[in-house]
Amino acid sequence: MKNPLLRGKLPWVIAALIVLFLLPVFLDRFYVYLAAIILLTGLSATSLNFVLGYGGVFQFHHAVFYGIGAYGTALMIIKSNLSPWLGFIVGPVVAGILGFVIGVICIRLSKLYFGMLQISLGSLVWAIVYRWYSFTGGDDGIHGVPLPDIISSPNGAYYFTLIVTAVSMFILYRMIRSPFGSALQGIRDNPVRSEMIGVNVKLQQLLALTIAGFFGGVAGSLFVVVDNTVFPDMMFWTLSLELIIMCLLGGWFSFLGPMVGAGIIVLLRTYVSGLTVYWALILGIIMMLVIFFLPNGVLGYLDRFVKKKARS
Amino acid sequence: MLEVTSLQKSFDGFKAVNNASLSVKEGEVVAVIGPNGAGKTTLFNLITGVLKPDGGKVLFKGEDITGLPSYKVCRRGMSRSFQVVNVFPRLTVFENVQVSVLAKQKRTWNLFAPSAKLAVSETEKILENVGLADIKDATSAALSHGERKVLEIAIALGGSPEFLILDEPTAGMSPEETTRCIDLIKQLKEKLGITILFCEHDMEIVFSISDRIMVMVRGSTIIEGTCDDVRCCQEVQDAYLGGSDACLT
Ligand SMILES: Nc1ncnc2c1ncn2[C@@H]1O[C@H](COP(=O)(O)OP(=O)(O)OP(=O)(O)O)[C@@H](O)[C@H]1O
Ligand SMILES: [Mg+2]
Repeated sequence: MKNPLLRGKLPWVIAALIVLFLLPVFLDRFYVYLAAIILLTGLSATSLNFVLGYGGVFQFHHAVFYGIGAYGTALMIIKSNLSPWLGFIVGPVVAGILGFVIGVICIRLSKLYFGMLQISLGSLVWAIVYRWYSFTGGDDGIHGVPLPDIISSPNGAYYFTLIVTAVSMFILYRMIRSPFGSALQGIRDNPVRSEMIGVNVKLQQLLALTIAGFFGGVAGSLFVVVDNTVFPDMMFWTLSLELIIMCLLGGWFSFLGPMVGAGIIVLLRTYVSGLTVYWALILGIIMMLVIFFLPNGVLGYLDRFVKKKARS
Repeated sequence: MLEVTSLQKSFDGFKAVNNASLSVKEGEVVAVIGPNGAGKTTLFNLITGVLKPDGGKVLFKGEDITGLPSYKVCRRGMSRSFQVVNVFPRLTVFENVQVSVLAKQKRTWNLFAPSAKLAVSETEKILENVGLADIKDATSAALSHGERKVLEIAIALGGSPEFLILDEPTAGMSPEETTRCIDLIKQLKEKLGITILFCEHDMEIVFSISDRIMVMVRGSTIIEGTCDDVRCCQEVQDAYLGGSDACLT
């Protein structure tokens, strides 16, 4: 998997990080907020893609882990007297455990059935959060989560999001390039053969699902920092659909594809929000265009384009 | 080394394997032959844990491995290649073999070391041996059929097996590729001391490389013996050649 787009990638990554670090200097508050939302949504999509694009698991309801990460963090901060920083560990850990539990229940089923059962279990979690007024605030959600001073300003929140996202992305990248990641990609390509070379397929996938849940939870807890709220719709299945579209749109066989997809979808969602009624329609059209014209997503397309150029 | 006794498997009442028995001693090359649909692939699937048998027993190195999942069978030293090409299409040739070596080294739980630096010499040695070193960076989906069949074997070798099952290794290969593949199989036996069980439709190949032959018809073993035993066995000729009375040559 030599990728010309990413060859000599380190300078590019550093350049991108410098630009992102300087963003608050020359952008308005609203755009800084938007950039933070893109980053954390991109992290959520990347964690989904860890099992979807690299693991070949039909994780159809990933938003549940994003939502649970957010709720875990917010509730921990509000309901306990412990350090609020602990909330940023508790949220992702709870999401990881949930990823494991749902994984254990679904893993016996193959592909599509895995996805269907996961949607129903995820919707069950959503319904519990939605109904449990006394604990979760029900459909009102939780507003004005008190944060440590250093990350409560808009810029503080942005830098926290940037650093945590960058570190998480780095860890996910290392995992994909590790022997664990190699085995995971082997399973995606051919589970029967993977088993025949001595890989315990189900167990390997289960660990991947736990990791994906954890980093989905990290993204959720970042949302608490950036937006100061949590609400049940964060884990509604339509958001899961958006996450899948982000992966497909950006390119689910490229590591940065889901991040690019998240950027495009979040920007679209922001700028056509006057037309919210049509949002589902717009998503549907994007989905169709991607399937017909960009089967490997935007990055997959660019990759091929660069390769062609290099050859000619 | 391998002892298979009266293995059974039916699909929706159809007995694909019905009373198949077989024994392979260490260092031998044993062939399974039989007409299309005789149940050879199913037999291999039963031995390697891809399918669970309905009855019968599989002993490997003296231990009962009947119905064990394939990853456990593999860890005991048995690898196989598939009749229908069954590789990792999105991985490169190198990665296809490397992942198998990594699995053998029990490294698949390592989350942080870079794969690119692990199992490299082992993988390259295998690619060198089978003659795929020149195209190691190609994506396996881009290979020719013959190359993919060789990759099949290379992946199986990644597990450094003591016992290797090859399901029609030369099917669909060009004559030159076939010759090279047969040389490779001989080499595996002689240089690496791997015990081999394989099936093949080309009788010339079967007679040239196997020590013993098992003949399977409609799911059952009808004879197991040396090449000469099999060549002149009346039952084999009835079943296999539709009753001609000349010896198979
Ligand atoms: N998964 C399955 N479900 C139902 N029937 C099956 C299955 N696998 C094999 N069969 C049937 O079992 C019989 C034996 O098949 P098998 O593939 O083992 O034969 P074979 O000896 O390998 O043949 P060939 O020489 O063509 O490879 C065939 O009639 C086939 O249709
Ligand atoms: Mg067969």
